[in-house]
Amino acid sequence: MEKIQKVLLLGSGALKIGEAGEFDYSGSQALKALREEGIETVLINPNIATVQTSEGVADHIYFLPVTPFFVEKVIQKEKPQGIMLAFGGQTALNCGVELFKKGILEKYGIRVLGTPVQAIMDTEDRELFVERLDEINVKTIKSEACQNIEESLKAANDLGYPVILRAAYALGGLGSGFCDNDDELRKLAEKAFSFSPQVLVEKSLKGWKEIEYEVVRDSFDNCITVCNMENFDPLGIHTGESIVIAPSQTLTNHEYHKLRELSIRIVRHIGIVGECNVQYAFDPNSEDYRVIEVNARLSRSSALASKATGYPLAFVAAKLGLGYGLFDLKNSVTKTTSAFFEPALDYVVCKIPRWDLGKFRGVDRELGSSMKSVGEVMAIGRTFEEVIQKGLRMIGQGMHGFVDNKEIKIENVDEALREPTDKRIFVIEKALAAGYTVEQIHELTKIDNWFLYRLKNIHDMDQQLHKFNDVKQIGKDLLLQAKILGFTDFQIARALGMEQDMEMEQAIMQIRSYRKSLGIIPCVKQIDTLAAEYPAQTNYLYLTYSGVANDISFEQDGHSVVVLGSGAYRIGSSVEFDWCGVQALNTIRREGYRSVMINYNPETVSTDYDMCDRLYFDELTFERVMDILDYERPYGVIVSTGGQIPNNLALRLDEQHVPLLGTQAQYIDNAEDREKFSEMLGRIGVDQPEWSALTSMDEINKFIDRVGFPVLVRPSYVLSGAAMNVCSNRDELERFLKLAANVSKKHPVVVSRFLQHAKEVEMDAVARDGEIIAYAISEHIEFAGVHSGDATIQFPPQKLYVETARRIKKISKKIAHELHISGPFNIQFLARENEIKVIECNLRASRSFPFVSKVLKINLIELATRIMLGLPVEKPAKSLFDLDYVGVKASQFSFNRLQKADPVLGVDMASTGEVGCLGEDSRAALLKSMLSVGHRIPKKNILLSTGDGKQKAEMLAASRMLVEHGYKLYATGGTSRYLTENGIENTLVYWPSEMGQQPQALEMLHRREIDMVVNVPKNLSTGELTNGYKIRRAAIDLNIPLITNARLASAFIYAFCTLSLDDLDIKSWQEY
Amino acid sequence: MRNVTLVLDDGTKFYGKSFGYEKPVAGEVVFNTAMTGYPESLTDPSYAGQLMTLTYPLVGNYGVPPFTVEENRLATFMESDRIYASAIIVSDYINSYSHWNAAESLADWLRRERVPGITGIDTRELTKVLREHGVMMGKILFDDEPDNIPAAQYEGVNYVAQVSCKEIIRYNDGVGKKVVLVDCGVKHNIIRCLLRRGVEVIRVPWDYNFNELEFDGLFLANGPGDPDTCSAAVDNIRRFITSSDKPCMGICMGNQLLSKAAGATIYKLKYGHRSHNQPVRMVGTNKCFITSQNHGYAVDSKSLPADWEPYFINMNDGSNEGVRHKSKPWFSAQFHPEACSGPVDTEFLFDDFVKLLNF
Repeated sequence: MEKIQKVLLLGSGALKIGEAGEFDYSGSQALKALREEGIETVLINPNIATVQTSEGVADHIYFLPVTPFFVEKVIQKEKPQGIMLAFGGQTALNCGVELFKKGILEKYGIRVLGTPVQAIMDTEDRELFVERLDEINVKTIKSEACQNIEESLKAANDLGYPVILRAAYALGGLGSGFCDNDDELRKLAEKAFSFSPQVLVEKSLKGWKEIEYEVVRDSFDNCITVCNMENFDPLGIHTGESIVIAPSQTLTNHEYHKLRELSIRIVRHIGIVGECNVQYAFDPNSEDYRVIEVNARLSRSSALASKATGYPLAFVAAKLGLGYGLFDLKNSVTKTTSAFFEPALDYVVCKIPRWDLGKFRGVDRELGSSMKSVGEVMAIGRTFEEVIQKGLRMIGQGMHGFVDNKEIKIENVDEALREPTDKRIFVIEKALAAGYTVEQIHELTKIDNWFLYRLKNIHDMDQQLHKFNDVKQIGKDLLLQAKILGFTDFQIARALGMEQDMEMEQAIMQIRSYRKSLGIIPCVKQIDTLAAEYPAQTNYLYLTYSGVANDISFEQDGHSVVVLGSGAYRIGSSVEFDWCGVQALNTIRREGYRSVMINYNPETVSTDYDMCDRLYFDELTFERVMDILDYERPYGVIVSTGGQIPNNLALRLDEQHVPLLGTQAQYIDNAEDREKFSEMLGRIGVDQPEWSALTSMDEINKFIDRVGFPVLVRPSYVLSGAAMNVCSNRDELERFLKLAANVSKKHPVVVSRFLQHAKEVEMDAVARDGEIIAYAISEHIEFAGVHSGDATIQFPPQKLYVETARRIKKISKKIAHELHISGPFNIQFLARENEIKVIECNLRASRSFPFVSKVLKINLIELATRIMLGLPVEKPAKSLFDLDYVGVKASQFSFNRLQKADPVLGVDMASTGEVGCLGEDSRAALLKSMLSVGHRIPKKNILLSTGDGKQKAEMLAASRMLVEHGYKLYATGGTSRYLTENGIENTLVYWPSEMGQQPQALEMLHRREIDMVVNVPKNLSTGELTNGYKIRRAAIDLNIPLITNARLASAFIYAFCTLSLDDLDIKSWQEY
Repeated sequence: MRNVTLVLDDGTKFYGKSFGYEKPVAGEVVFNTAMTGYPESLTDPSYAGQLMTLTYPLVGNYGVPPFTVEENRLATFMESDRIYASAIIVSDYINSYSHWNAAESLADWLRRERVPGITGIDTRELTKVLREHGVMMGKILFDDEPDNIPAAQYEGVNYVAQVSCKEIIRYNDGVGKKVVLVDCGVKHNIIRCLLRRGVEVIRVPWDYNFNELEFDGLFLANGPGDPDTCSAAVDNIRRFITSSDKPCMGICMGNQLLSKAAGATIYKLKYGHRSHNQPVRMVGTNKCFITSQNHGYAVDSKSLPADWEPYFINMNDGSNEGVRHKSKPWFSAQFHPEACSGPVDTEFLFDDFVKLLNF
């Protein structure tokens, strides 16, 4: 076999529900493995915010859609000898299968490295899969593959309800669900068929345990299982939606090894080379089992398993793909023992999903067989109680652990236990408090008693603590026991009722200093893969109270620099901050400091222990960060590269005299505190939209009388639903406040004037001692009103007055100077004509830092880190005005996963990911990025409903262009009239409310007669089940591209009407 | 729960709570990094005289299966007739177990069999101490009682004699090929693995001169302690290999006894192998296996006579994991192909042995 010299690796594209940061981690590891072999690497991934698309990770990086069309273009150009399909999630796998089926791989003589495509197809096609497993007497879930709805109904009736319906070839259980009757099945099947040519109907095994094994096999047929995991939630909840424990807790030795042996048998028979995941349903009352599925690729679970064990699955899988045997490779942690081994854990790991369902109006909160969570956390400890409490804090939704949280309101506890939602674990606590027994809770939830007993243990400890009102009465033994069970100082203070006498922060400090005086401090333990059997020099660490000694010693030589990570991925904070953190670590290391990371997100590259000198996989609470800093005594701490979580800690760390690097805490506070910031802007003569913090309806009305509608309303205490809203009239305002906010003296509402039809402009910059060193100004394609995280952004700005840019620069200079900024910062502006207002200022890296850094080819974080370390920097010679290409960042939405949510954009962020593509002009860049987030160039029929008058006018030119290019337009009432008045040919279609009239828009969608929907809501307030909602939702459920913004729709239409796919430049990042 | 202290020979102390039978105890403190299988390990006779430390912190999760015995006198779920370990040391004992097949909690079982168990110990730290110091004697003492138990002696003690059967036991009488099993402390699963393959097993005491019996193959079982205390067995085996061509297979202690009989020497490992994740490679092939192990002594491959060769080697430290004769049907494994507890990757060795019997 000829030696492979050049390999193409497919990435997973934008982060979306079901396919997130874990594939940046997998891909980065694989690329590292290839580099180590001296192989030239080509990467296709439009996700510009990832670490894998950074300089030095791959040799040729293409920010292009991962679709056969573009991949073939790159293959033609780069002529790789091999391709790797297993590292880019389902996106890469599906693309690879298509390339194979179309004969493209054969045509260019490209070898698939790792698991052969036939084996992939065997696992992806359910019928084939069952056949293959039957051959080796392995039981699968009896499942009928159906090609249409009638077949599905018949299969369901044959098997008997309840059944589960799955779409073949779908990511993260997309389009799957449980059905109890024909009606439910029909609805779900219709949706599934829109994604997939085949659906599977299976008997439901609700209540069985769900167990997973991560298996590795080399081409010499050697197999290991690196980790097994057990779901806390029984079968019925997608494993991505479940709390997961590693290793399994309730399996006996016989059960563990029975499933392990089956896993190996399966993997050998299918012929995996590399890594794969086997999922089981396991009977809680016997040793009966069913194989649920096999993922013939790196997965979310494999990323979790890598982090849970320290075994770098993706790295090893890449090496095995090149033909190595497991016996050739070393254990990356010990560096001396073999990679052919199975990690022994001497700790427990708990993964908890992070949901953001509160961000979506109307969304179905019930959890089921389809994934909705947007991120996850991993907690490490030495008791189950410790890890579950750590984990529940890590998810960052205001919870302090399992107990001592803000009361949640549950109307019907039984129902909330029976029908799982994102809040169920807290309902269990409520039930325990209400006196439910473990058996009662088990009956309702089917969660194994073992887990429930552990939770009850936490609850019981809390009850004990509640009996005291002074920490000194508790006694050392009980206090230590509480810490071993994962209680924080906060929880203890709350249990003692200390809040009534003092500020919580003060209470926490009292507990902290008291327990330290008793010697109750956590130990630092290593993850060494061998449970201490052999000595290991590992830098992969966590803290626990179940221990009497640290595994490492601390130099305390003032050479450590601690970077605080960004925590769980969530809407508004994801892989971009991981990139920032990794860049900071790289710079710290390069400059000869000891780089230390604190983070707990298993989907990240920053939590790869190779990326830093010391990794604390632990909480980012004040308490835990201080515990670590007490040991490390670092030279400094960086809080500005991890998004809002570290930023929020700045003041409290500063109060404890922690040396913060970069902009000082008081200035961070001056920017974060609305009053102080406003006052400062006034002082330096910078304009901002009028605003006020108001505590009564009267005040609110008075304010609005002055500034007029629309207004932006931000409650400080959110009851339900979205946190922010734009209200266009009194009616909406009252409804919103009644529904969402509790206006009172304690909970003021911030109301600001909302500027319509204004451009939004972003300034991302780095300053030193108040002087700007480098900056990037970018421009939103949408008008203000679409959250900056959802907006489509072009950089360099293409349609900004030079005067506007100049003024923005001037204002930024003033602010940087006033706040003594040293490090990264971001300011958002509104611009109408040349009138410029500041909306927000963050003295930290922003979401767009990787995007502008990569387009500009100046690493702004590296620059900022050098500044924060006090090292000399030079102002970069080039500026954004020198670029002869354009970058466009487009947002990825995951509405298809969020049943019933209204897919409309507003002032609250809704996207789950983003891409950034480069092009010779903005059309090319826009087209590439829109295609990367799942849009398609429509074939023929387009449905238009284009909002209010102004928006209709906005869409006029684009509509005309569509007709000129042979598209057929369908339009609803007002839009149709407007188009006709303006001489644009169109067909009138009717809204769902206009019953009896033909043609009906919804029916056309269901008949798949529409290739693209442009549906612009009339105003920015949303809510009820309107006509517009029904159309938008149908488009999403039927997988028809939908655009809800007139300016973006126009830009996209202009781009695809004037440029064909073959005109797009195929250039690597390095070639621009 | 009463407070207890684990005192090691070098004076190191660990403080914990008693959850098992309340009596002080002394013994050799060893660790095991397996994450499952405490009922199997506790009843493994190889742990006789030892205080067994588990590095996996949560123990007791699935309770203990019923201690039932099958018609053939083998335990249904256990590895022998009782607990052989002298005590169990864990980090976080879980009393509220959950499993359909559990009959009692681990604590109840320990109390029933009068075996101490202690919890709240930093078993990772303890393991590090043991690893660096090598094996150490230790005592579990109750804080409210004086230390009046004698220190334990492990090396040189013949534990094999204590755990071996005292008279011949026959299984599958008259069913097929006859296999003599030398019981140095055999785990029931070794017997089960043989019986499942349709052979007759004649289980003899460790020092029994089996050469006088009529049989088709010889099986050398696992057992506790120092192989140097088992010279009677070595003598019998030496007699066998100098006079017979019948197949022979050994496991663990059996591997060491066979090697000694062949003339090889045994040494004590710096870091003993006590886990479910030991990688071994079949010498001269690319075949690798994950194995269950529990031993502190190893055969010195270099000392093997010319007609013997290493069969398996450990992929972590290169130590010997099995030997075989170059021309005769004799082989043995240092690891546990019968698993229980642990991975079952190497159970094929029993097939190989039975194939040789029927050759």
